[in-house]
Amino acid sequence: MNGIGDSPPRPDGFAKVSGAARYVDDVSLPGMWHGATLRSPHPHARIRSIHWDPAKAPDGAVCVTVADLPGPNGVQLIDDGWPILADGFTLHVAEPVALVAAPTRLAARQALAAITVDYEPLDPVLSLEQAESLSPLYQLGMDTGDVEAALARADAVIEGEYRTGHQEHIYIECNGMIAWYEDDGALTVLGSMQCPYYVHKALTHGLGLPDDKVRVRASTVGGGFGGKEDFPSAIALHAALLARACGRPVKVVYDRHEDIIGTSKRHPAVVRHRTGVTRDGRLLGLDIEILMDGGAYATLSSVVLSRALLHSFGPYRCADVRIRGRVLRTHTTPNSAFRGFGAPQVEFALERQMDRIARTLGLDPLEIRMRNAVEPGDRLPTGQVLDASTSARLCLEEAERRTGFRERWKELEEARARRSEGSDGEPLRGIGLSLYFHGAGFTGNGERKMKSPVTARILEDGRIEVLTAMTDMGQGCVAVFPQIAAAAAGILPEDVTFAEPDTAEVPDSGPTVASRTTMIVGGLIARAVAELRDRVVSGREGASVRDGWIEGPDGSRERFREAALRLRQENGPVEVTLRHEPPEWQTFDESTYSGAAYPTYAWGADVVEVEVDPDTLAVRPIQVTAVCEVGRAIHKTLCAGQIEGGTLQALGWALMEEVKMQDGRYLNDRLATYIIPTIRDSPRIDVHLLEQAWEGGPFGAKGGGELPMDGGAPAAAQAIENATGIAVTAIPATPERLLEWQRSNQTVGDAG
Amino acid sequence: MIALRPRSLDEMVRHLEGDPGLIPVAGCTDLMVRGPEALHRIDKVIDLLGIPELRGSRAVDGGLEIGAATTFTEIRSSAAVRAAFPALVEAAGQVGGWQIQNRATLGGNIANASPAGDSLPVLLALDAVVVVAGRKGQREIPYAEFHTGYRKTALEPGEIIVRVRLPHLPAGSIQSFRKVGTREAQAISKVVVALVGRVDSGRIAELRLAAGSVAPVPVRLRAAEEAVRGLPPEAEAANRAGSIAAQEVQPIDDVRSTAEYRRYVLERVVRRMVLGLVG
Amino acid sequence: MAEVESDRGGCRMTTSFLLNGQSIEAEGHPMERLLDVVREQLGLTGTKEGCGEGECGACTVLLDGEPVLSCLVPLFQCEGRRVETVEALAGRPDGPLRETLERFVATGGVQCGACTPGIVVTLAALLERNATPSREEAREALAGNLCRCTGYEGILRALLPALGPEDSKA
Repeated sequence: MNGIGDSPPRPDGFAKVSGAARYVDDVSLPGMWHGATLRSPHPHARIRSIHWDPAKAPDGAVCVTVADLPGPNGVQLIDDGWPILADGFTLHVAEPVALVAAPTRLAARQALAAITVDYEPLDPVLSLEQAESLSPLYQLGMDTGDVEAALARADAVIEGEYRTGHQEHIYIECNGMIAWYEDDGALTVLGSMQCPYYVHKALTHGLGLPDDKVRVRASTVGGGFGGKEDFPSAIALHAALLARACGRPVKVVYDRHEDIIGTSKRHPAVVRHRTGVTRDGRLLGLDIEILMDGGAYATLSSVVLSRALLHSFGPYRCADVRIRGRVLRTHTTPNSAFRGFGAPQVEFALERQMDRIARTLGLDPLEIRMRNAVEPGDRLPTGQVLDASTSARLCLEEAERRTGFRERWKELEEARARRSEGSDGEPLRGIGLSLYFHGAGFTGNGERKMKSPVTARILEDGRIEVLTAMTDMGQGCVAVFPQIAAAAAGILPEDVTFAEPDTAEVPDSGPTVASRTTMIVGGLIARAVAELRDRVVSGREGASVRDGWIEGPDGSRERFREAALRLRQENGPVEVTLRHEPPEWQTFDESTYSGAAYPTYAWGADVVEVEVDPDTLAVRPIQVTAVCEVGRAIHKTLCAGQIEGGTLQALGWALMEEVKMQDGRYLNDRLATYIIPTIRDSPRIDVHLLEQAWEGGPFGAKGGGELPMDGGAPAAAQAIENATGIAVTAIPATPERLLEWQRSNQTVGDAG
Repeated sequence: MIALRPRSLDEMVRHLEGDPGLIPVAGCTDLMVRGPEALHRIDKVIDLLGIPELRGSRAVDGGLEIGAATTFTEIRSSAAVRAAFPALVEAAGQVGGWQIQNRATLGGNIANASPAGDSLPVLLALDAVVVVAGRKGQREIPYAEFHTGYRKTALEPGEIIVRVRLPHLPAGSIQSFRKVGTREAQAISKVVVALVGRVDSGRIAELRLAAGSVAPVPVRLRAAEEAVRGLPPEAEAANRAGSIAAQEVQPIDDVRSTAEYRRYVLERVVRRMVLGLVG
Repeated sequence: MAEVESDRGGCRMTTSFLLNGQSIEAEGHPMERLLDVVREQLGLTGTKEGCGEGECGACTVLLDGEPVLSCLVPLFQCEGRRVETVEALAGRPDGPLRETLERFVATGGVQCGACTPGIVVTLAALLERNATPSREEAREALAGNLCRCTGYEGILRALLPALGPEDSKA
């Protein structure tokens, strides 16, 4: 298996290092103007009138409002209920109300002052508590076995309520799009995005253009994390509308403040657990309620809730499970996709609940998990039977082996019990453990519906060209895909090239989300390239292809590329398009929530060590050991890089990333106030990849990009408890909240 | 549009006398955050960075003077400042990342007058004197009188800070500094405290405590100082200083933190620093 | 020339400085951000804007050899000074920076690349002063450069080969 598991330098690496890589804001077109957005200052208001006074704006500036829309006022995603521009009402602060374009960025900003909007403020709903009594944006439930009977026969029923807050993506490159029309009326949009075909669909729908008159291209994307899954569609529409209005290319690029207030965040959640257990710690029944704050419009909330439901019971055995979930509407910016997509919230809650159960029964955090962790052959509450590539227990065991967690946790529990008031100022140490999993690929029947066509063809120079719509936002498909293609065909990475994600050229292989890129699309690439290779060597008895050479049984050798070139010259174009066809058993019944919710799962166990300053209650993560199983790592360094980066994002979410709101406005609306970890806040992160090849993935690989988001927060919370005794039931566990909890005696008591 | 880059203090003062509306700028790390739109509306600006008299440190009778346009990186690497005022060096290293320290100046930190300014409690605890120049000529303002209200200073129109004088401390003095921020680096302070003190024959002979981010201006914690002067630097004095300090400030709830937390941390940090007088 | 007045009522002046070794005359408002001058007027788009408020470090350039945030440097203060951007620094053919950059691309120091130019510039200054920084020294030098993708580990691995490669078990 040539190259699989190696870590070659990423092909776009030097361009990024030298400043040559072109992100959307680095691109300028002749005659290009700049766009700016007028945003609602109210969380909820009627819009009585919008008045544009060109005399007050820089010369020639144009303005677009909902009155100028050529098509339906909806950004097509799952439905088109999300307005392109506010129409009659505004439902959140920062909602786009009008757009302007002018010759320079500064002029565009100044042109916003030429618009007067008459608002009539209305009462807003701003919290989950307020929203609970109103009808939800979306709701889902699943009920398997008989949870009440299970709770009735349990030795103990333990309750808990857990909360998680907003999280903002803070990709270092803000959102941006450039749109321009050709003379024949065809529209091209270039910009920062994860899903070119989502943007394409939104443009054809919103502008009333046929498919072949719209072209969408992804520029180099400076981070996504889910934050560029849906909003790029809206921003592309804005840029296109402005281009249409002024007859020139228009660039719309957000600055950081605008990006924070105007685009999506992770759904805040409240998760309530009622769990029945035996006295030796086995789960008998899980009764779970999930509430999520969807913001003002549904966007992707239905799928977020779906994934949340399907991860809320964790990597544990339990036959009787009832889950009820609702996404509620508040008058805030719509919340949407963020790495993990609902799973981090519910896995935080479940892991904390497991810890509460453990303390109640006098078990340590490792033991409670060992007693309940799923193994191959076990059945999830959805009925899905787990295959051999199920490593929950293995991850736990390896994490324990590498860290000595059990002993150290116990020592620190005892140290805390012995500790008297008035410490000597030495930091309080704590250690915490979590077990987590993440379904790879689209939820439910999504992959079956999408089919994700991938095309491979032989170019005139004999190289194979692969065409997919996947965008590299940093995660590294630009490196992983050539490795897969080369290994699948026996050729060299130089013998294969990948087309830019350009809807004029590539098929719709689906969005770059849901931990599907390597597993689903990589798998199709492997098969497509292998099929082309077979055509090139067809007729040659016993030939094999290795390292870019065709080797015959008689010892003959020919460069693969030359043979491919010849085949093309002789036969004309040689091309194959493959579609993803999940096996029969991979079906999911959306009405009963039963079946194979995901083709497979990735697994992980984290051990997080922290130091808590006794004077300030500031929590410093010192060391994380992350043991993960994602089938097989194609590119070891990039795979570990996903775990490292995702782990730090999870810790930031757990400890310092806070969104405070006042009257529907985010107070943390700049990088000075929305706090993400610097290098000095970052622990040492040791990643250990366990390999457990999954036969459904290319060379055994499963999806893993989101996995690390699920483990860091509950492990950090447990570590804080271990160090301080303060019971952490919500995140971010900022020092201010730790103080509040300490003062109100929200503690776990002493080990005993 | 006027943009001036004077080469000497005299030239600077003449310009300011001629036009008190000139905006003096140094490291610009606070100013430029306003963004291009606001910056384009500035039409008169005068640069302080090109004036040699405003940079560097020099020994004077009884103390050290640091030029107002001295950057925090320069303060950190100055042998004279490191020897005499390590607390200021400590504060300089926490003002922001390396890039900020290379541009932000001591005078800018003072003139910006944010209650959260990191170097400001150190200057208070060191009994600094601010030397200003302008149409009234040069005058000296004890730093304790410099901040007159939230983001307000004793500077008159057309005046700039030219240097800060730090009187030498008696032998045996101890200095300490603690900043509690929103994260380990590149953070705005939630509470920032400086201590200058001296122990003589086992008792606290001198104690100056100053804190930022707990009131509209940086403040001396005089009641706390009073309460423990003459006591041994042990638990009783430390606890007393801490709890009195927490009562004599007026912290607020804001986007960064809460009043309750600020009081709690101030108390404990002051306590810890008083215990640290043992040396 | 110390004093410039505009006769057109607009606010533009000429500032002369060295950019990547070349003499440049840039025109603009005195308070124009150096970042915008470099990117838009001079077409050097390697330096990135991540926040515009001096928090993220993506816009780092060297000013007289010291790393500064170009979003916070006004044009008129650059008069007579020496500015270096990532394009010139990353192109240096040898030295500790070159070796570090080669490792960068292989150790996972680069993912999306948006923070990378700022980090490269800061590293250029660090390695000039200290060719063999410790982990702590590296963390202090990079405290003003935010990265959201890598968790910083890949960056430190590139700088500090002694740390060793990540572990993995088949």
